[in-house]
Amino acid sequence: MRIGVVTFPGSLDDGDAARAARIAGAEAVRLWHGDPDLHGVDAVVLPGGFSYGDYLRCGAIARFAPVMESIIDAARGGLPVLGICNGFQVLCEAHLLPGALTRNQHLHFRNRDQWLKVEATNTAWTNRFTPGQEILIPVKNGEGCFVADQRTLDSLEAEGRVIARYIRGNPNGSQRDIAGITNEAGNVVGIMPHPEHAVEALTGPSLDGLGFFTSVLRALAGATADGQLAGGQQR
Amino acid sequence: MARVVVDVMLKPEILDPQGQAVANALPRLGVTDVSSVRIGRRIEIDFAGEPDLDRAREIADKLLANPVIEDFEIRVAEDAAAEVA
Repeated sequence: MRIGVVTFPGSLDDGDAARAARIAGAEAVRLWHGDPDLHGVDAVVLPGGFSYGDYLRCGAIARFAPVMESIIDAARGGLPVLGICNGFQVLCEAHLLPGALTRNQHLHFRNRDQWLKVEATNTAWTNRFTPGQEILIPVKNGEGCFVADQRTLDSLEAEGRVIARYIRGNPNGSQRDIAGITNEAGNVVGIMPHPEHAVEALTGPSLDGLGFFTSVLRALAGATADGQLAGGQQR
Repeated sequence: MARVVVDVMLKPEILDPQGQAVANALPRLGVTDVSSVRIGRRIEIDFAGEPDLDRAREIADKLLANPVIEDFEIRVAEDAAAEVA
C-alpha cells in the first residue's frame, strides 16, 4: 500500500508522517504541493506545520495548492485522507470537513502529551481502535480550538462523527472537547494532536499513534477485497 | 486609485480571545469604561483598472474570509458607504 504525504512550503511533520507510514508497513510516497499528480497513492496524509506560513488563516492558502485540487476530488471519490494539525485546518478550509480551527482560547501555544478518548472507530483511520479506548499522543498547536455552529456540532455527535475527544484537560478550548472528526463517508479524518509522533518508544510517549496508520492499511485491504474503495470499514 | 477595502471580522458568536486579552489589558492603561474589544483584519486590494466590487466580493468569499467563522464587508476606498456582503 502506498501512503502519500504532502509537503507544503512550511510543512514540519511530513518526514515523521512518512516514517510512521513506513513503520506501519506502508510505502511512503512524498507528494509536492505544486504537483497535482497523486502518483497512484492509496491514501494521503496532510501533515502538521505551517503551510504557506499560516498567512491569512491556517490552511487557507494551502487549500488552493495544485495538489489539493487533486486530493479534494479524490477524497470526494473515497480516497482515505488524514489531516493532522495543520492538515486538519487545511481539510476544514477545503470544506472536506465542517467547522474551523481557531486561536487557542488561552492564547498560548500548547505542547504536551495529551490523553484522548477514541469514539468513532468505523472510519478508514480509526478502525484498529476500540470505542472508548484511551490513547496518549502529543498535541502541539496555537490554533487548535475547534469551533462550529451548534447545529453542526449536534449533527456531528448524532452521526457518530467525533473520532476522538480530549480527556484529562482540554488543551485549546475546543468545543465539546473535540480533538478529531470525520466526514460522512468515514474516509476523511482530521485530528489536532499528532499520531505520527507516537509510533516509537524512543521518541514518543506511547505507540498509540500507530493505530491510525495501521487502520488505513486494514481499510485499504478490505476495500481491495471488496473491490471498492470505501472509508467506512466496520470493525 | 482603484482600491477596494475588505474588512473581515469574526462572527459575533465566535469567541475572540485576542480581543479579550486586549480588553483585559486596558485597565492597566487606566481605561475602565470599555466593555468589549474585538479584533478583525483590514485588507486593501488595488485593481489595475476600475475597482471591481463583484470580483472583490468573490476574492473575499473564497479566500479572505472563512464564512464558517467570519463575516466581511467590502467598499471602494474613496466611497465612505460600506457595502455589507
